[in-house]
Amino acid sequence: MATIARRTRLVAGIALAATATLVLTSCAADTASGDGAGGGSESGADAATATSIEDFGSFEDLEAAAKAEGQLNVIALPRDWANYGEILDLFAEQYPEITINEQSPDISSAEEITAAETNEGLDTAPDVFDLGLAVALSSTDQFAPYQVQTWDEIPDALKEPSGLFVGDYGGYMSIGYDSSKFDEPGSLDDLLGADYKGAVAINGDPTQAGAAFAAVGLAAVQSDGTLDDFQPGIDFFGELQKAGNFLKVDVTPATITSGETPVVFDWDYLNAAAGADNPDWKVAVLDGTGYAGYYNQAINKDAPNPAAARLWQEFLYSDDVQNLWLKGGARPARMEAMTEAGTIDADLAAALPEVPEETVVPTEEQSTKAGTLLGEKWAASVQ
Amino acid sequence: MTSDTLRADATASAPAIAGPSRTVRRSGVSVAWLGLVPFAAYVLMFLAVPTILAVGSGFFTDDGTFTWTNLTALADPVVLNTFANSAGLSLLTAVVGAVAGALVCYALLGMNPQGTVRSSVDAAAGVLAQFGGVMLAFAFIATVGAQGVMTLFLQDAFGLNIYENGMWLYEVPGLIMPYVYFQVPLMVITFMPALAALKPQWTEANLTLGGTRASFWLRIGLPVLAPSFLASLLLLFANAFSSYATAAALASQGSQIVPLQIRAALTSETVLGRENLAGALALGMIVVVGIVMALYSLVQRRAARWQS
Repeated sequence: MATIARRTRLVAGIALAATATLVLTSCAADTASGDGAGGGSESGADAATATSIEDFGSFEDLEAAAKAEGQLNVIALPRDWANYGEILDLFAEQYPEITINEQSPDISSAEEITAAETNEGLDTAPDVFDLGLAVALSSTDQFAPYQVQTWDEIPDALKEPSGLFVGDYGGYMSIGYDSSKFDEPGSLDDLLGADYKGAVAINGDPTQAGAAFAAVGLAAVQSDGTLDDFQPGIDFFGELQKAGNFLKVDVTPATITSGETPVVFDWDYLNAAAGADNPDWKVAVLDGTGYAGYYNQAINKDAPNPAAARLWQEFLYSDDVQNLWLKGGARPARMEAMTEAGTIDADLAAALPEVPEETVVPTEEQSTKAGTLLGEKWAASVQ
Repeated sequence: MTSDTLRADATASAPAIAGPSRTVRRSGVSVAWLGLVPFAAYVLMFLAVPTILAVGSGFFTDDGTFTWTNLTALADPVVLNTFANSAGLSLLTAVVGAVAGALVCYALLGMNPQGTVRSSVDAAAGVLAQFGGVMLAFAFIATVGAQGVMTLFLQDAFGLNIYENGMWLYEVPGLIMPYVYFQVPLMVITFMPALAALKPQWTEANLTLGGTRASFWLRIGLPVLAPSFLASLLLLFANAFSSYATAAALASQGSQIVPLQIRAALTSETVLGRENLAGALALGMIVVVGIVMALYSLVQRRAARWQS
C-alpha cells in the first residue's frame, strides 16, 4: 500500500541513524573482537596514529601498508561533483589492490559525521571525509591529524595547523545562466528585473546546504553588507520572491538541462558541471566582493583502513589529482604553488571564471550567527 | 462457498470426535501464533524500535542529558506554521481525493466487473497510488513546469500563461496537484470494495417497499457507505501527512511542511546541532497520525458491521 511505503520511507528517514546503531552495534561486538578497528595487523596500530609519511618510513611503505589493508571507504563523493568520478577511477587504476567502497554519495557533510559515529568500530565506517567548513570546525574530535608531503604548499588559511582537516578544493559563489535566454548578469539588481520572472533558483535551502548558505552570503556582501550580518542577503531574496523571480524547485542537472532553472546560484565548479549537457550554460562570478568557500579533507580517527586513508590524502594532494579537480572547474588547494612551479594545467586554469577584486570567507563565529539568523528569518522571508 | 461447506462438515462431525478434535485445535492455535513471530520481530526491529529511539532522542540533548527544550520548540511559531501547512495540505488533498475517487468508484460500479475498462482502471489505480516521490515531482516539472509541455502548449495555443503571478508549482499550493494525483487512485483502491459490497438485495428491498432511486441512496446507500468513506478519508489524510519526497523535490525552500523540517534538523550542514529537534517533530507527527489512526479504527469497526 502507498501509505505503508510512504510512511516507511519517512520513518526510515527519521530513524535511519537509530536503526543503524541498533543493527550494527550488535555486529560491532563481533568485528571488534575479531580484528578490531586497526585493520592491518602489523602496521595497523602505527598507521592509525601516523601524522606524516615519516611515521611509515617511506612513501613505498605507506603504499604497502595500504595495499595490505586492501580497502578504502569513501563517503559523500558524488561522481559529478568537482570531477570526483575521474579522481576515484584514477586511484582505482593506480592501486588495483585496493577496493574503493563509495558510500552514500549524495549525503550532506553533517551526515558524514553521523555515519562515522554510528558505524564506529565497524569495517564499514568511512575512512576519509570531505566536509564543508562549518561541519569540519565543529567535528574536530572525530579527526586524526595528518600532514601530506606537499603540506607546505597549502596556504595557511586553508589548513588547521596540526592537520586535523585541510582545505582541498573550492571556488567562488557564482551565477550560472542560460546564455540563449539571458545576457550575463552584471549585478544582483539585474536579477530583480522583469526579464528574470520565475527564473532564479538557489541550489538548496540555505538553512541546510552549504552552497545555498553561500548564495545568501554573497547577496549580503554584494548588497554592501558584511559577513557579520546576512540580513541584506535575506532581504535580497525576499525582494526576488516579491518580484516573482525566485524559483523554489530543487535544482538538479536535469532541471538545468531542461531549462526549468535558467539562472542558478551555486559554486562555480558545480554550476560548470551541472550545465555540461546544456551548451548555452555559462557561469558568471560577479565583480566586486566575491564569496569563496573551500571543502576540507579529514581522516576519521576510527578509520578501519588507516593506511589507505592516509594514502588517499597523499594521492589527493599530488599534482595529478590537483589538476583533476581543476578539470572539474574547482580551484585546488595547491593552485598557487603549482602555478609558480609551472605544474598547473595552464589551459584549465585560464578557463576558470575571473577572480573578483576582493574575496571573503566567513569565520566560524560568522557562520554560526548567520545560521541562527537564517533559521529564524529565511522561511518567512521567501513566502 | 468452500469455507461454508467446511464449517458445515466440521459441525457435523464434531460430536463424534469431540475430545481429540479439541486437543488438535488447541495445539494448532499455538503453532499459528508462532507463525506471526517473524513478522512481529521484523516490525519490532524496523518500525517500533527505531520509532521509539527517534522519538526518545527528542527528550535528550546532544550530550545525553534529559531536556524539555526540544518539545517546547514545538510551540515555536515557525514549527506551528509548518504543522498547520502540513495539516491543511493533507486535509484538502484528502477531501478532494476522496470525493473524486468516490465518484470514479461510483462510475466503475456500473461497469462489468470482469470488463476491460474496470480492470484497467483497477490496475492503473494500483500502480498510480504508488507513483510518488521524485519521479512524480519530475513528471509534474516536465508537464506543467515553467518549460513544461502543457505550459508551453497553453501559451502557444491560447496565449494563456498559468504562471502570470509567479511560479506557484514550487510553493506549498503547488503540492496540491501532485498530491491529488496519488490520492485519487488510493481512494479508488480503498473505497471500491465497500461500494462493491452494496448488496443488490437492498436495492430490491427498497424498490419492493416503494422506494425510489433517490431514497435508496439517501436512506440506505449513503448511511451504509459513510463509515467506509470516512475511514478512507482518514487514510488519505495520513498518507499525505507523511509524504516527503515529492515535496522535497518541488518546494525546496523554507521547509514549509513538517517532514521537510525534520530533514532540515537532521541533515543541515549550516545550522548545526539540531538533530534532537527532529525527534520532537517526529513525536508531533506521530501524535497527529496516532489520532487519525485511532479515529480510523473506530470508524472502520462501524463500517465492518455492514460488510459481513
